[in-house]
Amino acid sequence: MAVLTANRRLLDGRPLRLGPESLAEHSARLGPLPTSGDEAIRAIEASGLLGRGGAGFPVGRKWRSVAERGDGQAVVLANGAEGEPLSAKDRAAMTLRPHAVIDGAILAAAAVGADEVVLYIGAGHVAARRSIGDALAERGSRLPVRIVAAPERYVAGEESAAVHFVNDGDARPTSVPPRPYERGVGGRPTLVQNVESLAYAGLIARFGPDWFRGTTEDGAGLGLITIDGVAHPGVREIELGTPLGEIVGASGARLETARAVLVGGYFGRWLAARDGLDLPFAPLALRAAGLPFGCGVVSVLGPDACGVRATSRIIGYLADESAAQCGPCVFGLRAIADTTARLADQRGSAADLARIERWTGQLAGRGACRHPDGAAGLLHSALAVFGDDFGRHAAGRGCSSRPARAA
Amino acid sequence: MGRRPELGRDAGLELTIDRIACDGFGLCAELLPELIELDDWGYPMIRGGAVPAVIPAELTGHARRAASACPVLAIRLARRPQGALVSRAVPERVRSGAGG
Amino acid sequence: MSDQILWFATRGAGVVSLLLFTAVVGLGILTVVRWQSPAWPRFLSVELHRNLALLSVAFLGLHIVTAIVDPFTSLGVVAAAIPFASSYRPFGVGLGVIAIDLLLAVLLTSLVRDRIGQRTWRAIHWLAYGSWPLALVHGIESGSDASMAWMVGLDLACVALVLGAVAWRLAAGRSNRSRLAGLVAAGSVPAGAKRGA
Repeated sequence: MAVLTANRRLLDGRPLRLGPESLAEHSARLGPLPTSGDEAIRAIEASGLLGRGGAGFPVGRKWRSVAERGDGQAVVLANGAEGEPLSAKDRAAMTLRPHAVIDGAILAAAAVGADEVVLYIGAGHVAARRSIGDALAERGSRLPVRIVAAPERYVAGEESAAVHFVNDGDARPTSVPPRPYERGVGGRPTLVQNVESLAYAGLIARFGPDWFRGTTEDGAGLGLITIDGVAHPGVREIELGTPLGEIVGASGARLETARAVLVGGYFGRWLAARDGLDLPFAPLALRAAGLPFGCGVVSVLGPDACGVRATSRIIGYLADESAAQCGPCVFGLRAIADTTARLADQRGSAADLARIERWTGQLAGRGACRHPDGAAGLLHSALAVFGDDFGRHAAGRGCSSRPARAA
Repeated sequence: MGRRPELGRDAGLELTIDRIACDGFGLCAELLPELIELDDWGYPMIRGGAVPAVIPAELTGHARRAASACPVLAIRLARRPQGALVSRAVPERVRSGAGG
Repeated sequence: MSDQILWFATRGAGVVSLLLFTAVVGLGILTVVRWQSPAWPRFLSVELHRNLALLSVAFLGLHIVTAIVDPFTSLGVVAAAIPFASSYRPFGVGLGVIAIDLLLAVLLTSLVRDRIGQRTWRAIHWLAYGSWPLALVHGIESGSDASMAWMVGLDLACVALVLGAVAWRLAAGRSNRSRLAGLVAAGSVPAGAKRGA
């Protein structure tokens, strides 16, 4: 295990239960923020930092794309919408380490040639908005920085939806091209970056890519996760690459006895518990296993829970959260949700199961955004991991979970 | 004896669907059934799933007609990036001569 | 006889134009209500709609040119271009001029639809609903055959067809797009089930 320089991690410093880190504490702990945008981009590229909003796109490359188009009039949109119900890490970063988040946004602005920063924070994340607002007041800024409250809808955090809302007050995804880095807020090249990614970018610019990569054995660096379904749920900062079994164990549960674990969020994948025990929890390692890191959600499904019911709830939610712009998403998710609900209630049939499989296979790439794709991934994994249970439900033969506990 | 690779103005088109504009009229599937079929609700799916869909040279006319017929202009055709030839057959001598 | 040829041409082309445009309206409705049968694919409605519209414009052109060129009418280019500027039945002819102007807007925008985008094109296309009644009344007001039984019969048939088509359009209800939001909102799974697993 690499030797860590104490106190430099995002959630180091002021104990989390004591609330937001003040400007003085932040500056004392981390030192000044570098000002060179070019060096920052190079450092972030070298660090291999991947975006933490869900897509996992290399952060350095994204900054470079916007910088190439910036002309000094680009916009930085810090994405703190966090519409994923299982995720709380963006809120935690904004509430507890607001200066780290703002530093990242300011640094990004310098790097991409932006003259404006928009902090897009979920309307329901009251503590986060207050903390960021207080932090802004504390430090002042040469750049115009404004907070925009994101609607509390699942797709409101999607890149084009965020830009659409800031421009027109409509938080629905738009058809791309053009993508935000080409034409975004006010028609200008816009960097849409998750707040956690920005916070880590600020740290990497200070301490260097080697520091970041050195925090873990395989160089994946640090990251925030939200873990639930365990005795001690909440947000953690982990060394990426830690085996999933260990992560779950550290939060007061045993993955060995769980039924399955949901990885990445509602747009992530189910994983059979036994397959997750030694799985290094890092974006690239997960991708190699066909799993998305997404927004770093780890949701453990206990031994008494029913995977079909859990999946049914999730797909019902995703169907309700469709932006209602594309027929295949609206009709497809609705049909799958209704049919899965029937199966979950033991009112379905083998034909229903076949229909779910067929419709799921038709979701990917059929919408303007990746909402149906995320649902498809979740469903495919559910059919694989809970295949036996789906079959049982379809045949009306009950469920392998204990009925009394099936929520 | 093989034919030369297809070159020329229409040899490199690709098709995308504007999913927000699309309203399930289904004319595209009628006019370009080789590439487009409809789902249970009348919305288009590209066969084989690849997006953008590459238009074989012999279907270019049909693709243009499908794009023109769409009442909401949801079918978009664009030239493929330079250097991507749509090759249907390779001349004999190239096939036998080149290595891996 | 020969000096009446132009007059016959004007009248004939005018009637044919009206019939064709009535068919065009019908085909437009067939397109938007997505009607189809085993023998009538959907693309037929939209392509025939466009082709007949172009054909109608050809007859319309004949109708206007022969009317202007005819030495027995006092219609000049000015009267054909500016509404209510003719000395012969200014009201009726004027309506025809307006009808053509609206039609030209639809035609020209349709030819460059790719460039101007769907929304703009659609907004202007609504003018077509104004053009057809004006053309009909123009014929009734200034047509030489307006009072003939066969012409009245044709007029009634055209009106019936267009009224029927419009009724069908209204009955067909809202487009798919406008239903989507309602479908999602209705939802058959209780909303608020936000915590999963």
